[in-house]
Amino acid sequence: MSVRRAAVIGGNRIPFARSNGPYARASNQDMLTATIDGLVARFGLQDERLGEVVVGAVLKHSRDFNLTREAVLGSKLSPDTPAYDVQQACGTGLETVIVVANKIALGQLESGVAGGVDTTSDAPIAIHEDLRAVLLEARRATSIGGRLKALSGVRPRQLVPAVPSNSEPRTGMSMGEHQAVTTLEWGISRAAQDELAVASHHNLAAAYERGFFDDLVTPFLGLTRDQNLRPDSSLDKLAELTTVFGRGESATMTAGNSTPLSDGAATVLLASDEWAAEHRLPVLAHVVDAETSAVDYVHGDRKADGLLMAPVYALPRLLARNKLSLGDFDCYEIHEAFASTVLATLAAWADGAFCRQHLGLTGALGSIERTKLNVNGSSLAAGHPFAATGGRIVAGLAKQLCQNGGGRGLISICAAGGQGVAAILEA
Amino acid sequence: MNDRYLGLVNTQIGSALASRVGLPRPAVLRRYQAGAPLLAGPVLLGSISGTAPPALAGLLAGAGADTRTTDAGDVAWAGLVLDATEVSAPDQLAGARTFLAGPLRRLMPCGRVLVLARPADGTDVTVDASRQALDGIVRSLAKELQRGATANLLLIEQGASLESGVRFFLSGKSAYIDGQSLRLGAGPAPPPTDWNRPLAGKTALVTGAARGIGAAIAGVLARDGARVVLADLPQAGEALVKVANRIGATTLHLDVAAPDAPERLLTYLAAHTDGLDVLIHNAGITRDKLLVNMAAEQWDSVLAVNLISQLRINAALLGGEQLRAQARVVCLSSTTGLAGNRGQTNYGATKAGVIGLVRSAAREFTAHADSTINAVAPGFIDTEMTARMPMATREVARRLSSLQQAGLPVDVAEAVGWLSSSGAGGVNGQVLRVCGQNLVGA
Ligand SMILES: NC(=O)c1ccc[n+]([C@@H]2O[C@H](COP(=O)([O-])OP(=O)(O)OC[C@H]3O[C@@H](n4cnc5c(N)ncnc54)[C@H](O)[C@@H]3O)[C@@H](O)[C@H]2O)c1
Repeated sequence: MSVRRAAVIGGNRIPFARSNGPYARASNQDMLTATIDGLVARFGLQDERLGEVVVGAVLKHSRDFNLTREAVLGSKLSPDTPAYDVQQACGTGLETVIVVANKIALGQLESGVAGGVDTTSDAPIAIHEDLRAVLLEARRATSIGGRLKALSGVRPRQLVPAVPSNSEPRTGMSMGEHQAVTTLEWGISRAAQDELAVASHHNLAAAYERGFFDDLVTPFLGLTRDQNLRPDSSLDKLAELTTVFGRGESATMTAGNSTPLSDGAATVLLASDEWAAEHRLPVLAHVVDAETSAVDYVHGDRKADGLLMAPVYALPRLLARNKLSLGDFDCYEIHEAFASTVLATLAAWADGAFCRQHLGLTGALGSIERTKLNVNGSSLAAGHPFAATGGRIVAGLAKQLCQNGGGRGLISICAAGGQGVAAILEA
Repeated sequence: MNDRYLGLVNTQIGSALASRVGLPRPAVLRRYQAGAPLLAGPVLLGSISGTAPPALAGLLAGAGADTRTTDAGDVAWAGLVLDATEVSAPDQLAGARTFLAGPLRRLMPCGRVLVLARPADGTDVTVDASRQALDGIVRSLAKELQRGATANLLLIEQGASLESGVRFFLSGKSAYIDGQSLRLGAGPAPPPTDWNRPLAGKTALVTGAARGIGAAIAGVLARDGARVVLADLPQAGEALVKVANRIGATTLHLDVAAPDAPERLLTYLAAHTDGLDVLIHNAGITRDKLLVNMAAEQWDSVLAVNLISQLRINAALLGGEQLRAQARVVCLSSTTGLAGNRGQTNYGATKAGVIGLVRSAAREFTAHADSTINAVAPGFIDTEMTARMPMATREVARRLSSLQQAGLPVDVAEAVGWLSSSGAGGVNGQVLRVCGQNLVGA
């Protein structure tokens, strides 16, 4: 069987909104359907049967068990387009790209859409676990008497709903608290974090001004740009913010250098070169390879196995397999879960002792030119609707590489559960 | 914007009331519907000398019209076509009265009067005066007609192909065109293979397509078989998607006034199409102010969007590789460009400028493998642009035309659609008003 490279044709996303902002009343399905429809309109795919649509959401209502398929049925794509959900926390979006690209590579698909959607506003609220047990017990009861008896077990405190938080089930710590440990272990300064955040805002604003997003973003519910974007962000302004993660003097993480809770959706159109040519659609870039990784953040080393450090491990394996080194890329997209995540990741790759001990290398993996990092802004400025970030990055990177007249790009995304997803694109 | 008055007046009570107190009684216009016959009844064909021209009879019959050459005296006519091309002396004009007067009494609602004539050409003063007289006849008659009927004049140059124009002016597609004259030249005007899909196989681009007239134009071009690209501002993207997915078109976020707009357009066309057959310059804005109060920004932005963008994009297309042979460009002007309008010196400048543009560029477009460029000047059309007017002004403006109502976006769109077709190749450098014979302007 011959293997081919899947082409990235383009993407569409809606502007990302802050939690309980303009999309407060939009469901995942609303956002995803609008985003798919925007993609359909951009590429003239009305009534087209695509190979597959693969999308995921991290926060999902139980009624959304078939979220992507439902969105496809509500969209202008042919209802004969199969669809399914994938979920790998914040790695979801990139993982769906890998899934679709691999099927295209194997010849199982000619075209497909990958992507992600998330809402922190219209989040599912679960009922108290004890109450759930009581209700299930009552449902199992065969007589009315039995049902009433079971229901008499309801206690007032059980009526308080359980709102989902982004804390790790095995540690009870929030993602920010985990990252605060990593930040401290790697000695990442407040100034360095704020600097990265400012760059993210400035790069994103400049990209909007250049019209870079004109064929990547479609307004939704009146929002035309990412709501979190602060074009006039500055070190001085960020320095005024109080810290929100970590404790005491050593705390460095603020709301300004951490991503806010956000709502949004992003999709990517992938295809074989043949399909693209038949549809008179230019190819932006190709998906070369991908690698996932995970760390034992529960029992592992405080410094080496931080919750969001897994991409550090994915990359050397990915590079080795492709006979590339860290410097062989024209653009780097490292997802800004927190500014310090990016900085700790870079610090780890530049640390010879760490790379020898933990990555099995003979020395440091290397360092990258900061001017090639997140050149059109990243999650700190755009916001981060968990599953939507991968699609945002893939479409943007593919377009940038194409605009550069060719080149190679690297994507690295950290995810809850101590996981990481990395991929290479080439144009 | 719903025209409540139009609805009311067309109920039994409303109509009786309106006639008693002498209020205008606008008719519900006959508009094109796919598959519907060209005319709702028979058409009477005659000429200034009395005998009906056989070629024209064949053409009408070919278009499916029930064509007659004598008035039986009891027939209700859907159309009256007068061949006045022979007119060369003032005394011949009486033939127009002879032919029209009787059957006019039995013209059906939304009937058509179409007069064919030769344009004045400066060779003979008596001939020219007589020919020009027909213009006065048609314009005055249009003001006399009632119940949605229209009268228009086609000025036919030697060697011009008539078919497409005659069909258009008799059909429901010209519902809101009244009291106008249009010149048909000898440029190649091949008839379409399928009259129901005259734009099959063509690629078209409409600017400002997210709503209003632009969205309607896009719909008509798609209906007529074109592959349509809809361009509008990135901010209008949400509405643009809805239009695109309704009609089966693709979207392009493009600010036509941006410095790099022509270059972006060419790049897009090169990557996504096999070249452009039809371009509709529809994007337009108003920033109304009396000249004494007008800020520089209000002046500049209107000039940039409505006129300068068209000049720059045309130049880029003519200088580039993306404009195909026998291409059609249609520019949106306005009756304001012909008659002026208080508070619209900036807008009026651009809409008059567009008329100068098409007149001047016609030759250059002919040189581009028999392409054409024309302007459409809408009168008062119900859109979000006019919905912003004060209610009273809007109500009055709606009635200020022979058809006593505002046009719909689709009326403008049908005119644009026709000028975009291969059959309209004889029309070049012209301005077609779609205004219900607005009392303002020419
Ligand atoms: N409505 C009328 O009565 C009337 C009368 C005469 C002429 N016109 C002309 O018809 C055209 C359409 O008018 P309408 O009433 O539909 O207006 P509209 O305001 O409803 O729609 C105009 C569209 O153009 C778009 N647009 C504005 N600036 C743009 C830019 N820089 N780049 C790309 N797109 C841009 C807008 O986003 C909008 O979608 C205009 O040129 C107008 O001057 C309208």
